Amino acid sequence: MKQLPPEYYELLENLQAVDFVLVELTLYLDTHNNDQDAINQFNYFAKERKKIKKEYESKYGPLLQFGNSYSGSPWNWDDAPWPWQV
Amino acid sequence: MWVYEKKLQYPVRVSTCNPMLAKYLIEQYGGADGELSAALRYLNQRYTIPDKVIGLLTDIGTEEFAHLEMIATMVFKLTKDATPEQMKAAGLATHYANHDNALYYESAAGNPWTATYIAAKGDPIADLYEDIAAEEKARATYQWLINLSDDTDLNDSLRFLREREIIHSQRFREAVEILKGEQGKKKFF
Repeated sequence: MKQLPPEYYELLENLQAVDFVLVELTLYLDTHNNDQDAINQFNYFAKERKKIKKEYESKYGPLLQFGNSYSGSPWNWDDAPWPWQV
Repeated sequence: MWVYEKKLQYPVRVSTCNPMLAKYLIEQYGGADGELSAALRYLNQRYTIPDKVIGLLTDIGTEEFAHLEMIATMVFKLTKDATPEQMKAAGLATHYANHDNALYYESAAGNPWTATYIAAKGDPIADLYEDIAAEEKARATYQWLINLSDDTDLNDSLRFLREREIIHSQRFREAVEILKGEQGKKKFF
């Protein structure tokens, strides 16, 4: 398993922070369909997430598969570490 | 379908190898009010719930799988370096005899997970009240686990999970109000 630099944990936590906002807004919007401010926030953070995902994946490999992320060469989806190993 | 994301929802760090704590935490893995029960309960109920709350049950059910992975990570990290002697000292000799250090869906008392932990009544209000109760019970369990744990790193993750139960309970309460509102609009008589 490759050794991970401190920047890895920093970038991962940035992604987790943005994703937390998105999970929270998703559940909120499920019961508040007409809250335009929340929808604006949701779309803003969905865009932010795309940027962080791109940076994370360029450095540490795909986050999703079944075609939801591009692959490196050779195929690197199944490379360790897995989430419980870091 | 579902797509797996190769990251935890929230960081999980543990201070030391501590199989005793893992023995308690397994309650939230394979116990009655644990994360497996939660995920399966909501994702099963959603087929027969009114359209207005299918999205909520789908999303909360999906988040529960992220919580299940966090609990699994905690148990794995707390036991991965444990020797058979340490497992035995933690009261996990009977677990070790069957499973080595593998994870298993069981309660803290060693009872295997069973579908009887989850209800599906087909009545939307009955199902949602079941869900609210399940979230409150899970929140209480997290508090008891925090009370038992002296691992400050681990407690940070447990507090995150405890807070999520509060949010889920709140969203389910709103879902009840939405359905009551819908029922009020229909004229059956």
